[in-house]
Amino acid sequence: MRITQGCFSFLPDLDDVQISAQMEYILSKGWAIAIEYTDDPHPRNTFWNMWGHPMFDLKDPKGAMMELDDCRKLHGDDYIRILAFDDTSGVESVTMSFIVNRPKEEPTIHMQRTDIVDRAQRYAWDVRK
Amino acid sequence: MSVEDEKTEFPTTVDLAAEYESSGVAEILQELDDELIGLEPVKQRIRETAALLLVDKARKSMGLSHETPTLHMSFSGNPGTGKTTVALKIAGLLHRLGYVRKGHLVSVTRDDLVGQYIGHTAPKTKEVLKRAMGGVLFIDEAYYLYRPDNERDYGQEAIEILLQIMENNRDDLVVVMAGYADKMDKFFSANPGFRSRIAHHIEFPDYLDKELIEISEMMLAEQNYEFDNGGRKAMVEYIDLRRKQPHFANARSIRNALDRARLRQANRLFTDVKGPLDAKTLSTVTEADMRSSRVFSGGLDVDRLVHTGEKK
Repeated sequence: MRITQGCFSFLPDLDDVQISAQMEYILSKGWAIAIEYTDDPHPRNTFWNMWGHPMFDLKDPKGAMMELDDCRKLHGDDYIRILAFDDTSGVESVTMSFIVNRPKEEPTIHMQRTDIVDRAQRYAWDVRK
Repeated sequence: MSVEDEKTEFPTTVDLAAEYESSGVAEILQELDDELIGLEPVKQRIRETAALLLVDKARKSMGLSHETPTLHMSFSGNPGTGKTTVALKIAGLLHRLGYVRKGHLVSVTRDDLVGQYIGHTAPKTKEVLKRAMGGVLFIDEAYYLYRPDNERDYGQEAIEILLQIMENNRDDLVVVMAGYADKMDKFFSANPGFRSRIAHHIEFPDYLDKELIEISEMMLAEQNYEFDNGGRKAMVEYIDLRRKQPHFANARSIRNALDRARLRQANRLFTDVKGPLDAKTLSTVTEADMRSSRVFSGGLDVDRLVHTGEKK
């Protein structure tokens, strides 16, 4: 199932030129670019693995694209996402996050229904390959 | 629909003079003439390079085939001759002509590129390159990257990474290496890969005495100071004497000398002059401020006073 998390996730996969353009936008806003990867796309998994530090002192997307290429070499079959971080005082949050790489076979999200007390329902989701 | 689908109309003629004006190159070359004193061979070379790049850009706009020209450069010359300043100007020039995307300058020395232990160099160099992408990487004293006598030196790794980037990422990054002329020659002969990748070797000659006087007056004027006649004469003699003493660093030596002169001027005003001072008195560097320099009494060899009983 095609995981739809983050910006642009309902669009077809972004190619390198488009990713670079997005990075250009991020830099133009003065935000930092960060790369994260994971093999667990559960919606509750907010903490993905960091690929290096957030890049605060970049002027050009090429530097971040170089890091992304390195990440793809090692984690080509994982989900990789690009985040934009705004470090303005009072904000200090992630402003953009979009998936740039997906595994060839995406896992399915399976929902588990449990009866708790009598017929009250609890729902839980887990990721199944 | 991609851009290639559209049929692009190429112009059949191009007006180079108009291109020259509109690209903002004229402005930068004018700044170069105004702000940098002397350095005629450098300015000439830069003008020639600008002409080449302008023509190249015009040919590209007419649809003629071209490939990105190699823009890496080597600046050789003594310290204080304006290498970093000119590198900054070149970054601006290349940006105006569209050859580098962002036009910022990242200035590094060997320690920023080379690590202290195995595996440290590659990430360190990569970090610097990431920051420099889209602009100009200025490597000062580049020959220190290569230390053949120390086998535990990791400079060679940095050299290899640089060579690869200089060849494969010519669209993204321009590298300028700088240093003393003779050491740069030795460095290039030991690492021929660099010489073949560097398109422009520019020599930075030492400043002439009259150029140094102009520079000193310009530096003072920037801070709203000026020489009086005696002061100017003393400065001329100072330059002549200082040049013959060791560790002469051209414009940088001048700047240091002026800083010391301003210090002495401040002390003189503080202790000697009574009553209210006007702006002119506060801004004038006199002969006395210059004459009390150690340069006039034999030089800076004696870096500190020798105390009694101490062996020199």
